[in-house]
Order: sequence, then C-alpha cells, then structure tokens
Amino acid sequence: MAQLTEKIALYLSYPFVQYALVVGVLVALCSSLLGVTLVLKRFSFIGDGLSHTAFGAMAIAAVLNLTNEILFILPATILCAVLLLRVGQNAKIKGDAAVAMLSVGSLAIGYLLMNLFSNSANISGDVCSTLFGSTSILTLSKTEVWLCVVLSIIVVGVFIVFYNKLFAVTFDENFAKAVGTNTDGYNLLIAVIIAVIIVLAMNLVGSLLVSALIIFPALSAMRIFKTFRAVTICAAVTSVICSFVGMMLSILAGTPVGATIVAVDIAVFALYTLAGSLTGGQKA
Amino acid sequence: MAQLICRDLSLGYEGKALIEHLNFSVEKGDYLCIVGENGAGKTTLLKTLLHLHAPLHGTIEAGDGLRKDEIGYLPQQTLVQRDFPASVWEIVLSGCQRRGKWHLFYSSADKQLARQSMEKMNITNLSKRCYRELSGGQQQRVLLARALCATQKLLLLDEPVSGLDPKATEEMYALIRSLNQEGITIVMISHDLSAVASDASHVLHLGKKIFFGTKQDYLKSENVHTFDRKGDE
Repeated sequence: MAQLTEKIALYLSYPFVQYALVVGVLVALCSSLLGVTLVLKRFSFIGDGLSHTAFGAMAIAAVLNLTNEILFILPATILCAVLLLRVGQNAKIKGDAAVAMLSVGSLAIGYLLMNLFSNSANISGDVCSTLFGSTSILTLSKTEVWLCVVLSIIVVGVFIVFYNKLFAVTFDENFAKAVGTNTDGYNLLIAVIIAVIIVLAMNLVGSLLVSALIIFPALSAMRIFKTFRAVTICAAVTSVICSFVGMMLSILAGTPVGATIVAVDIAVFALYTLAGSLTGGQKA
Repeated sequence: MAQLICRDLSLGYEGKALIEHLNFSVEKGDYLCIVGENGAGKTTLLKTLLHLHAPLHGTIEAGDGLRKDEIGYLPQQTLVQRDFPASVWEIVLSGCQRRGKWHLFYSSADKQLARQSMEKMNITNLSKRCYRELSGGQQQRVLLARALCATQKLLLLDEPVSGLDPKATEEMYALIRSLNQEGITIVMISHDLSAVASDASHVLHLGKKIFFGTKQDYLKSENVHTFDRKGDE
C-alpha cells in the first residue's frame, strides 16, 4: 500500500501528469454538464456524430499539414453542429438520419484521406490513436493546457449564466418559445458548446469514445436523483471523479487512457443503477 | 376592445391551408372552447395564437392591454417530459421566463409568483416531488401553475383533461372554472361536449363549416350534431 502511494506521489510530481489530470478533469466536467441536457433532449448521438466529424476535420488538417490543427478542427466541428441543427428543423432528412449520415461519412472520408495523403509511416497507429485516444494526453504542451483551461471556464460560465434558460428549453421548448424565449438561439448555443467540448475531449478519449463522457455521467445521475439541479451537480461530480480515477488507473496499470475512463464510467453507472433500484430513488 | 382578434386567418403547413377565412375574437373574461374533429387544425390554431407558427394569411391582434407575450400555455405532454428529472418547483418557476429581456436568474418576485400559483393549484405540498412520479392530474396542475406564472390574463389550454380519470377531470374543470371566475380569459381545446355545455361561454367549431358564437347559439346550431357524432366514435 505504501509502495502504491509512493508510486502515485512520484507520478503526480511530473508536470506532464499534472497537465493531463487538469485537462482530463476539466473536459469531464464540461462534457457532463451539457450531457444532462443532451440526453434529455434525445440528442445523445449528436456527440458521437460530431466527434466523427472532428475526426474527418483532423484528417484534413493533417493532410494540409496545418501546424495548429485545432484552429481548423474547432470551426469545422462547430459548423457541422450548426448544420445538424438546421437540418433537424427543416426535416428533409430527419435528425437521427442526418447525424448518422454525417457521422459515418466523415469517418470514411477522414480515413480515406489519411491513407491517400499521409506521410506518416504508421497510418493505422495514427488512426487508432485518434479514434480511441492516445498517450497524447501525456504530451500536452503548456499552450494546449491553457487553451483547455480557458475554454472550460467559458463553457462552465456559460452554463451557469444560462442554467435557467437551458432548463426551460430542455423541458418544454414550445412553452419556452411561446413565452418569448429565444429557443433557436439557445439550441445554437448548445450546439456550439458541445462542439467545443468534443474537440477538447478528443485528445483525452479519442473520437469514438467521446460521447461516453457526455452521456454516462448524466445517465448515472438520473438513476439516483430526481431534480434537474441535483442531476446536473451529481453528473458533474461523478464525471470528474470517474475521469480522475480512470486516469490514475491507466497511468498505474499502463492501460489506454480513454478506454479506462469509460470503463470506470460504466462501472459507476452499474453501481448507481443498483443503488437507485435499492432505495427506490431519493426524494427531492 | 377584445383581447384577441383574428381577421381572415388562414392556417396550415407549407402553403396548404387547413383552415381558411377564420374570423373570431376573444373578450376579456371569455371562456372559449375550440372543438372539431381530429386534423381540423385545433392545435395549429393554438400554436398560431402563441406565435409558434406564422399564419398563411390574415392577422392576429392583441388588445385590451394584452401584450402578445402575456399568454399562458398548457401544452399536451410530450414524450420527453414523461421521464424528465425535475422537481415541481423547478418546473413551475420556469413559467417566469420573460420575453426578449436578459432575464437570466429568477428574482424574489418571480419566486413569490411561483408560490402563489402553486397555492392556487393546490400543489404547494408537492413542491419538492419529482414531476415524473406524479399522477396525470397532478402533472396537469403543475403545468397549469407554470402557465399562471407566465400570465394573469389569458390561458390557452390544449386538451387539459386528456388521459385523466373522471375524478381528476372534474377537478381540472373546477380549477379552470375558478380561474375564469377570477377574470382570466380561457381558450381551451376540448373533445368533451359536456364540459362545453356546462362551462364555456363561446364556442369555435373548426371543420368544413366553421362556427363561432356563444354557447347558446352553438347548442342550437347544426354543428353540434356533427360534433356529437364525432364524439361517439
């Protein structure tokens, strides 16, 4: 036991581990906050769709040899988020079909581009690490950490400021619109924020697993709590703890970061489900 | 001057009109029932009155001191709401959203209003309960309390008793009646002729032949027979 704590203390003294933990915790916090709204609005898959879009954008950025990939990936993902929302409203191609189409489409195009134009020797390794997350979380530069901190503060700030509006729009969009809330604006805001979160989270868990970070904490919290505020707070706390524990485990055991975090999320979901059915749910 | 005046209104989707040349007005304190068979455009009309839809043709004017955002709305329940984790208090308070203003947090006046609305609906004791665990009648009262936070003048109700048992239905009608007696104008979509006969002051019948007038005239008109027959189906 003493050995283990010593080992943890040693790892924690490395700056790259500290950076990874800071970024991991912040990303987990942001994604869980929006997760509650997305799950309740039946948009669970938008995270998945957008993350695949981000993968495609990343491939294009790699082919174009852009030095700062994120400056291309972020606007591209935001654009797709906005497009998905527009399509959802015009309903020529229905919401879920549009998400599915965009998602597999950009996955295929991204992989194709990487194969055709990549000058890296290990293409499948590159693809694998973008899809499932990589050790790149352990090689973050100071700039990337700061970018992540700033964006996270913006996301959390926006969430707190618009908390009441987001609740209203999530619970009953028609009512909100009828009493004059700008629901289209808030839906747009949600889409933009979720795009930002996904781009941030891709470093951590990779684009195939991003939506796990978004939906698992929210679903877990809903097993136990029954008010919107409690669910939101519980989801945020759960998500932060899960990603912290997951990252520590993966560092100690040498397992892939993203997959370990998601595994911890799944375990917690099972635990909460059990607790929820045992207590019959907590009142209030 | 009337609170709501609809002139030569045509409603529908993508250019296809469901209803054409609709003229009616709602005075302060009226209790208007909108009846008609399924697909006649009742909900579309309600959504147009709420400015959720643009009319194809014609105008809706608000008057008698009614701003167009002072309308309270009781929608039919959506699938999303049935398993939504929210307390009664959170939902009622969300009725206090304000149009167009940067009104991001609820003030103490808002909270006071929410408490009063809950008292009127007899749901103060449910304040901390989870919405999805309530009975259908209780859920409707929660949504009605929310609508009361949005207005003190005009309520639009979309089939407020659908899915309720006879006792809850009777309670719901009694609540609506008491709100009407307080001076709140009621516009309600209904399938229930007995409610129309006992409570309504005016009736708007949508269908091939549009009827608008007082309840007494309606009960004498031939529309009431088509409605009767539809009601039996």
